[in-house]
Amino acid sequence: MSTTLLLVQGLNGLQLGILLFLIAAGLTLVFGVMDFINLAHGVQYMVGAYFAAFFAAQTGSFWLALLLALPAALLFGLLLEFLVFRHLYDRDHMAQVLATFGVILVLNQGVKMVFGAAPLQVPLPDALTGGIRVMDGLLYPTYRLAIIAGGLATAGLLWWLVERTKVGMLVRAGATNAPMVAALGVDIRRLFMIVFGFGAMLAGFAGVLAAPILSVEPGMGDNLLILAFVVIVIGGIGSIRGAFLAALLVGLVETLGRSMMPDLMRLFLSPSEARQVGAALSSMLIYIAMAAILAFRPAGLFPVRAS
Amino acid sequence: MRQLRSELPALLLLGALALAPFVGFGEGYVLTLLARAMILAMAAVALSLLVGGAGLVSMGHAAMMGFGAYAVVILDDARIVEAHVVLPVAILAAAGFALVTGAVAVRTSGVHFIMITLAFGQMAFFTATSLAGYGGDDGYTLYARNTVAGGRLLENKLAFHYVCLGALTASWLLCRMLLASRFGRVLRAVKGNPMRAQALGFDPYPYRLTAYVIAGAIGGAAGFLFANAAEFVAPAYISWQRSGELLFMVILGGLSGLHGALLGALGFVLLEEWLSHQWEHWRILFGVLLILAVLFLPNGLSGIPGQVAKGFRRG
Repeated sequence: MSTTLLLVQGLNGLQLGILLFLIAAGLTLVFGVMDFINLAHGVQYMVGAYFAAFFAAQTGSFWLALLLALPAALLFGLLLEFLVFRHLYDRDHMAQVLATFGVILVLNQGVKMVFGAAPLQVPLPDALTGGIRVMDGLLYPTYRLAIIAGGLATAGLLWWLVERTKVGMLVRAGATNAPMVAALGVDIRRLFMIVFGFGAMLAGFAGVLAAPILSVEPGMGDNLLILAFVVIVIGGIGSIRGAFLAALLVGLVETLGRSMMPDLMRLFLSPSEARQVGAALSSMLIYIAMAAILAFRPAGLFPVRAS
Repeated sequence: MRQLRSELPALLLLGALALAPFVGFGEGYVLTLLARAMILAMAAVALSLLVGGAGLVSMGHAAMMGFGAYAVVILDDARIVEAHVVLPVAILAAAGFALVTGAVAVRTSGVHFIMITLAFGQMAFFTATSLAGYGGDDGYTLYARNTVAGGRLLENKLAFHYVCLGALTASWLLCRMLLASRFGRVLRAVKGNPMRAQALGFDPYPYRLTAYVIAGAIGGAAGFLFANAAEFVAPAYISWQRSGELLFMVILGGLSGLHGALLGALGFVLLEEWLSHQWEHWRILFGVLLILAVLFLPNGLSGIPGQVAKGFRRG
């Protein structure tokens, strides 16, 4: 495999990792602070992409669509919290898994009803079309580089919010020991609403970013949701830093594995077998990694919960 | 007598299923639907043993059915269609998968168990999609149903109905006996308080692993029947959404006893079928009903009489 190809796949992996991080950040905080499993977090990503598609079609501008989709995703997240999720905080994980599974069914079918089953296209913003010469003979799409840059900037902002502000301090405290924070007089429900709305907006943001390069379709969040869960379990539930590193790791392993595994297998197997086995193995790689990490470090790489 | 009373709901349900073909539910279409419900109920009963009995909430139970179903597919491709060969292979394949994955998974508990079973389920799913020789993503259509002693017994819809009912009854009895035995009491003790159970000298690990393998084996048998019922197997049967649905059947029915899983699976399949004829976008209603069921029926369908009685007493 040439250096060029490796670099391209590395950048693709980084980009997938960034999108995963944006989704996993909200998920891990909600999970960490309120001990709430939200399977419906993936549909927040889908809803964000649909908002982008809708607003882009209405206004004709990607930037306006981005500007409108973010508050829309935030409001939508808060609406869901108000209607369903806040009634589940005191229930066990099983009830949470099932009720949020119901939310997935409703929303996946809901967007199908409103927008149709066919994938929607969102045009690239004019300023970010074309490519940038990363090295000799390698032209990488500008928009994908912009996703990486935007995602990294958001991660930085998030780090500042969580590590350097008062609300962030409460969130970290809540992830470590929520009952204690509540006992100290903090309205943990309100704190959770803020975290929840913010997480929904981040997932929506990931959806908006992904909309121009992936097809916007019902169920697009389901597979990313599972990857995001892998990310937060590997990273340690409630840990933003863990989520960031694990997201990049999962993004890179997933992308590089997909391109390199078949070649690797060719060393042992015939070409057609190598392609099949390689594809299967590369899809499994991150789950194998997760199972291994859970078996040896059950609390993930960066545990935050007080035991 | 008291023991019989607690089994009454399950016995009534099984009895109703036995009579169903003779009281107006004997059409081919209805029998197909009932067979599907009974097969899923089998898997749900096994899952209920794990969730209700051992506190192991598995999000990868569909993979067990998948192993059973793919055993049928692979043997079908090799022209091995005798049920007395295929069924044991299906059960062993699923039990083997449960043993290997369970050895790692049952070390964890709570959320981590949900996640790790989800991960193993996804591995099985991706393995199935990569089986290009057996249709890959598109799935595989069987040449015919498996034969019993060379005869086409399973092709007969009425016979297949009773085969499924027999398998369901056997699975229910097995799980029932397990839960009532010393083994089941240890499982429940571990579920209630692992620390205390350990202090009493019980190592939870072998008990939980055994329960996981037995549930896997029953899942494999259900997968065998599922493949024969549909005469078609696809990776979509192993997707995590499927595992979620199985879990839903268990919770929908209620965890107070194994009859909850029976009730939940039947309710789920019949509701799905009925709603899908009412409205193109029936999944919206289905999802809303699921959410409402979780919010307002904490003890599931089988808890409704208790809730009503309580309401009356209060009123």
